[in-house]
Amino acid sequence: MTPNPQSRPRLAAGVRLGQNNNQQVLLMPERALRLNGPSLQIVQRCDGNHTVQQIITELQQIYSQADPKKVETDIQGYLTLLNDQRALDFE
Amino acid sequence: MTPPLSNPLGLIAELTHRCPLHCVYCSNPTELINRAEELPTETWSQVFQQAAQLGVLQADLTGGEPLARPDILELIRAARAAGLYVNLITSGMPLDEARLAKLIEAGLDHFQLSFQAANQETAQEISNTKSHAQKLRVLEWLKKVRVAVTLNFVIHRRNIDQIQEMLQIAESSSATRVEFANVQYYGWAFANRENLLPTRVQLDRSLEGIKSAEARLRGKIRIESVVPDYYAKFPKPCMGGWGRKLMLITPNGEALPCHAAKIIPNLQFANVKQSTLSEIWERSEAFQKFRGESWMQAPCKTCDRRTIDFGGCRCQALLLAGDAATTDPVCTLSPNRPKVDAILTDLNNSVGAGFVYAEPPSAPPADATLTKPAWLYRPNPA
Repeated sequence: MTPNPQSRPRLAAGVRLGQNNNQQVLLMPERALRLNGPSLQIVQRCDGNHTVQQIITELQQIYSQADPKKVETDIQGYLTLLNDQRALDFE
Repeated sequence: MTPPLSNPLGLIAELTHRCPLHCVYCSNPTELINRAEELPTETWSQVFQQAAQLGVLQADLTGGEPLARPDILELIRAARAAGLYVNLITSGMPLDEARLAKLIEAGLDHFQLSFQAANQETAQEISNTKSHAQKLRVLEWLKKVRVAVTLNFVIHRRNIDQIQEMLQIAESSSATRVEFANVQYYGWAFANRENLLPTRVQLDRSLEGIKSAEARLRGKIRIESVVPDYYAKFPKPCMGGWGRKLMLITPNGEALPCHAAKIIPNLQFANVKQSTLSEIWERSEAFQKFRGESWMQAPCKTCDRRTIDFGGCRCQALLLAGDAATTDPVCTLSPNRPKVDAILTDLNNSVGAGFVYAEPPSAPPADATLTKPAWLYRPNPA
């Protein structure tokens, strides 16, 4: 599933940011995902306000040296992964 | 060379062994701890703080029935305040809608509701309690609150043919995660094994059903399944490896590397009343006993899979081969695997297995104990 660019992802119930040994992690039932630069920037924008398209545009600006198409594909892939983990709801 | 010791990620807090259910596969030890011996609120709060400092991310508040603790709200607040992600693993029995709201207000992240079956009749047979209708009520209340929900179906011969009905319950609930966890055979389940272990035909059919549900529900419900490892080729990496990821604290404060570790003879367990979690994790005898590889015997010692399954389960090695330091007998490379195969052959050739799986019989089965096994029910401790 490729997420609809106009949908607004937000963290699902029981999914939240946490910290472990100065590392940001995404906490969810029976699992924790380590977040680094881009993955953290994506998750921080899954707030129910940003659309998928807005997240893509903002990260393309942050990573202006990178190929914009690759940034878009990577974000869609990461959002799909989070959704398969049931870490996101799309509104 | 020994790699540096990593920190535990999960704390399993057995708050009590008291429970309104009497499940025939309960993971509590057969020697249950009484209420008078349970740790007070303050000690648990210290344990949660020490766990978070040690790098633990998640606390599983379990039992027995954790809601049997009158201080459960304080315990949730303490775990959350320490910085832990708070899971509650419950039968849902001592609960009403108002108490549920308070649990969530206290900071509960994840509500894990156990199910004994897809219907009242089987659930009652397994838990020796009328509990199924209450669980369905809890599911309705859960729809109205914001919390992660897992349904935990414990699977065995008597309910393994109900996977589709279990999925219907899950799909009409707010659950985002479902566990189909086959019973593992220790303690109460070991005592009841001959009536719990599914047949090969049942297992294969259930795995097909789960696989197609995973594909159909992808992005809606995360499904996790655990097979009965007697049927596996290789052992499970029990607890993610001994003393590698998890710590279990019993109701009276003993720190165990796994649920069943108390059955291992001559193993001493430290207690959180006397030692800090980091002392226990790093230095206690029990956590060091089977950590790493130095304890391993052949074939594990030189096996490529020793970093995948860590030799399997120590308690299973003890129960099936009489030696906690030997290769888990479910491993096809173990010299003791024939013992497991003999158990499976007996089961799969027996009349009982045929009956359970057959179409509704026109006449009552010859062996009446197969329809109503002589279950050994887990009692409720004082």
